[in-house]
Amino acid sequence: MRNKTPTEVTEIHTRLSRRALLLGGTMLAFMTGLGFRMRHLQLDQADQYRLLAEENRINIRLIPPARGEIFDRNGIVLARNEPSYRVTLVPEDAGNVDAVIDKLATLVELDPNELDRAVTEMRRSPPFLPVTIADRVSWDELSRVAVNTPALPGITPEVGLSRYYPLRGDLAHVLGYVGPVSDYDLSKIDDPDQLLRIPRFQIGKVGLEGRMEDDLRGVAGTKRVEVNAVGRIMRELDRREGEQGDDIQLTIDQQLQSYAQARLGDESAAAVVMDCETGDLLAVASAPTFDPNLFVEGISVADYGDLTNNDHRPLAAKSVQGTYPPGSTFKMITALAALEAGVVGYDDTVYCPGHMEISNRRFHCWKRGGHGQMNLVQALRESCDVYFYDLALQVGIDKMSTIAAQFGIGEKFDLPLSGVARGLNPSRDWKSSVRGEDWVVGDTANASIGQGFVLASPLQLAVMTARLATGKAVPPRLVKSINGVDQPLPEPPRLDISPTHLAEVQRGMYAVSNHRRGTAYSKRIIEDQYRMAGKTGTSQVRNITAAERARGVTRNEDLPWNRRDHGLFVNYAPFENPKIAVAVVVEHGSGSKAATPIGRDITLQALYGGTPPLSAYPTKDRNRIEKQQEELEKLVPGREITRRNRA
Amino acid sequence: MSYLEYNVKHVPAGLRKVLHLNWALLLLITAVAGVGFLMLYSVAGGSFSPWAEPQMKRYALGVFAMFVVAMVPIWFWRSVSGFAYLVSLILLVLVEVMGSVGMGAQRWIDLGFMRLQPSELMKITLVMCLAAYYDWLPTEKTSRPLWVLLPVLLIIIPTALVLRQPDLGTSILLLTGGAIVMFLAGVHWGYFAAVISMVVGLVVAVFQSRGTDWQLLKNYQYRRIDTFLDPSSDPLGAGYHITQSKIALGSGGWTGRGFMQGTQSRLNFLPEKHTDFIFTTLAEEFGYIGAISLLSLYALIVVFCIASAIANKDRYSSLLILGIAGAFFLFFAVNMSMVMGLAPVVGVPLPLVSYGGSAMLVLMVGFGLVQSAHVHRPRQV
Repeated sequence: MRNKTPTEVTEIHTRLSRRALLLGGTMLAFMTGLGFRMRHLQLDQADQYRLLAEENRINIRLIPPARGEIFDRNGIVLARNEPSYRVTLVPEDAGNVDAVIDKLATLVELDPNELDRAVTEMRRSPPFLPVTIADRVSWDELSRVAVNTPALPGITPEVGLSRYYPLRGDLAHVLGYVGPVSDYDLSKIDDPDQLLRIPRFQIGKVGLEGRMEDDLRGVAGTKRVEVNAVGRIMRELDRREGEQGDDIQLTIDQQLQSYAQARLGDESAAAVVMDCETGDLLAVASAPTFDPNLFVEGISVADYGDLTNNDHRPLAAKSVQGTYPPGSTFKMITALAALEAGVVGYDDTVYCPGHMEISNRRFHCWKRGGHGQMNLVQALRESCDVYFYDLALQVGIDKMSTIAAQFGIGEKFDLPLSGVARGLNPSRDWKSSVRGEDWVVGDTANASIGQGFVLASPLQLAVMTARLATGKAVPPRLVKSINGVDQPLPEPPRLDISPTHLAEVQRGMYAVSNHRRGTAYSKRIIEDQYRMAGKTGTSQVRNITAAERARGVTRNEDLPWNRRDHGLFVNYAPFENPKIAVAVVVEHGSGSKAATPIGRDITLQALYGGTPPLSAYPTKDRNRIEKQQEELEKLVPGREITRRNRA
Repeated sequence: MSYLEYNVKHVPAGLRKVLHLNWALLLLITAVAGVGFLMLYSVAGGSFSPWAEPQMKRYALGVFAMFVVAMVPIWFWRSVSGFAYLVSLILLVLVEVMGSVGMGAQRWIDLGFMRLQPSELMKITLVMCLAAYYDWLPTEKTSRPLWVLLPVLLIIIPTALVLRQPDLGTSILLLTGGAIVMFLAGVHWGYFAAVISMVVGLVVAVFQSRGTDWQLLKNYQYRRIDTFLDPSSDPLGAGYHITQSKIALGSGGWTGRGFMQGTQSRLNFLPEKHTDFIFTTLAEEFGYIGAISLLSLYALIVVFCIASAIANKDRYSSLLILGIAGAFFLFFAVNMSMVMGLAPVVGVPLPLVSYGGSAMLVLMVGFGLVQSAHVHRPRQV
């Protein structure tokens, strides 16, 4: 190769330099481009990207609020939140998960189902998320775990809140219960609260818990946490405390409620006690009852089967949901209708031969031989059916229906309870539109003694009785205060009934339990200041055929249970200065004699504010009553129940 | 007239060479490496381990290597250029063979104290070899087809080997780096124009063929292209990296979120935060000002190299310096384009900043060559 001359070398180098500069220029231009791109991303779109970065890193977690508690009118706890203990495991921290679970099993009884569920959950979720290994463990077990945590890597004893009903069954039908949110619950709500997405969050299902869910639930708090790309919480940024649910005070008197529940015992029965002046419901009992605590964590199939297969229907809130023919307790309405219509005077009498022919059908009086001449007070006192047939035929269903409506029959009261029954206040319009038939005279005769189409719930009967006692349209009330704020208590309007007519009916009711021929005389109250006025009732659940009647009516007690008559009793007391109204219904109790003593006992319990002295009872009953009182006192929880721990 | 004949007596000798080093260049390199240490310290959550400390040690080793290389006269390096290229090529083949023999997809050779990636080495030796080739080749033959084909083969063989590893990023760097040297050596415009128009034609053909009978790529390959063109179409899959990277960059703003305050890197939203995506952390924590500063440092390094090359009358030295500067430029240009969403994610680290041994050492050796050419440049009598 020949050597280049210096000129050639310079020329070659110049060409190289030219291309080098061209390349350098291209590079710088590219770098300027990068600079502008950076400017575009970092300055022009900075806000947008900053927002995205925040969204990436910040996660909002909910803090469940404590559910509002429920108290009785005297401040006794009816529903509260109890610490519920569980054991969780973080697989990542545990290392050898199986070994840790084996060790844990020596300290805590592990439910194999729960364990299976936990193992599946572990496989699905990231290893740093806690998984519940044992739920609802006892305090003892929890303490054992807590003491041994150094030997149990990844295991944390945790405390949460769970609903507890210290009275168990005593107010189950009013309070209802809470339970874990189900998909069905969520499907019913349009825009569910985020809280409901928390696994096992407890929501009110039925009763007051269900109907006042919005007040009781409270508002979730939030905490903002910084999470990394896989969702692990790095630190808490800030927290906004939620609002605890509203505490609710009921008008219920726990002592009276528990007494009423115990007094009803295993009967299929209901009792309602109402304050005559304010409408406060002091006791709303339905028997038999159930333990709502069973439902809180989800009830077992076996327990639920026991409750639903029972022919006494423990899950039904009979006091507000059940409707019954009111029987003779409806006679006050018939009497008032006749008095108001002016078709009968106080002293007009009707002759009762034991039956009455109405449109070629024979309507019987309960007393086969008949009552003879009866005036209003006597007819109420002895519950003469024929007298009221006669009145009803004169006054007609229209007036009766109007009066019944004033006393709350057929009215759906606005109470925060599930399935409050409307009952049935029959009228011509109702029959023609629903049944497509014309009203006939026989229907009026049946209605006059509370049979036929008339249906009322024990609650409606209590309201009716309170209105009879006061002459005012007292509405029932269950919630006394919410979060310490008393609910308004407007003065109820007077009924559009002449006070003298009302007084006459009251006199009849007084005679029922205080005149020696009264149907409730044997179950009277002796104490003068607490004497009561009432009305017994028996409602048939079957027709008695003419053939049967000829044969001799079978004794009610000899019939199968579900064919026996219902027994009813309504009353208010004290007579001169009415304070409380009581309604009792005993399903298939074979007549009013099953209901009357219950009504009387509850009345005394309410008026004395505890166990009444034996002197209030008729002399010959006192021995039996004394034994009964001893037994019931064992069943009624004392006030210390609220402080007793459930473990 | 060759370099040796009229200049050697004017070149400094012995330890006096140290005084004639391009100290400004070394200062710029150290500044960039310093930024790297800072960012590695930050992404480790304020800790020298596991990245910042080994990186500093490697840099110290790299500076030592640079000095050694710089002390050796450039004419020695020219004479071993072809040999160095051959050794790199053999190592590349060796890695390929070892990989296929059963050690899995391995790209490195374990030297005990570090793992050497032959593909990294090839980036420098290819430039050396091409520079020596064009120094030897009479200029009038530069654009003749036969003499163009030879360097093209020199480039294509190692590129193909690297592509098989598979390492798309490095093969692009090799291809483009080699082309830059050929361009500087004075190969006729026409060749480049032809290649570029062929590539453009191919790209158009690939896109036009989509959905037709003669479709050139598989469907999944098209989907990858889609993801690159619009990362938000697949935010949790392949587009995740680039989306998160842009979020990190963008959230930096003017001055950034503060040292060690970048949430995107701190909370692991950024992938490969200590290697390929370290620039995003810088941009997130120091904002536009920080990012532009680093870009300026890189620009200065390139400018200094070009200036040094133009001032150097020796053809081999000029081509070598420019080739290395070009490779260096490609490194950071591809990386930055990648994290800014301008190029597909091909796995090219940010030179001198990203954590990694081979790349750092090879680059420092490259800069050693630049220094050697600078120290031993021909001087006017």
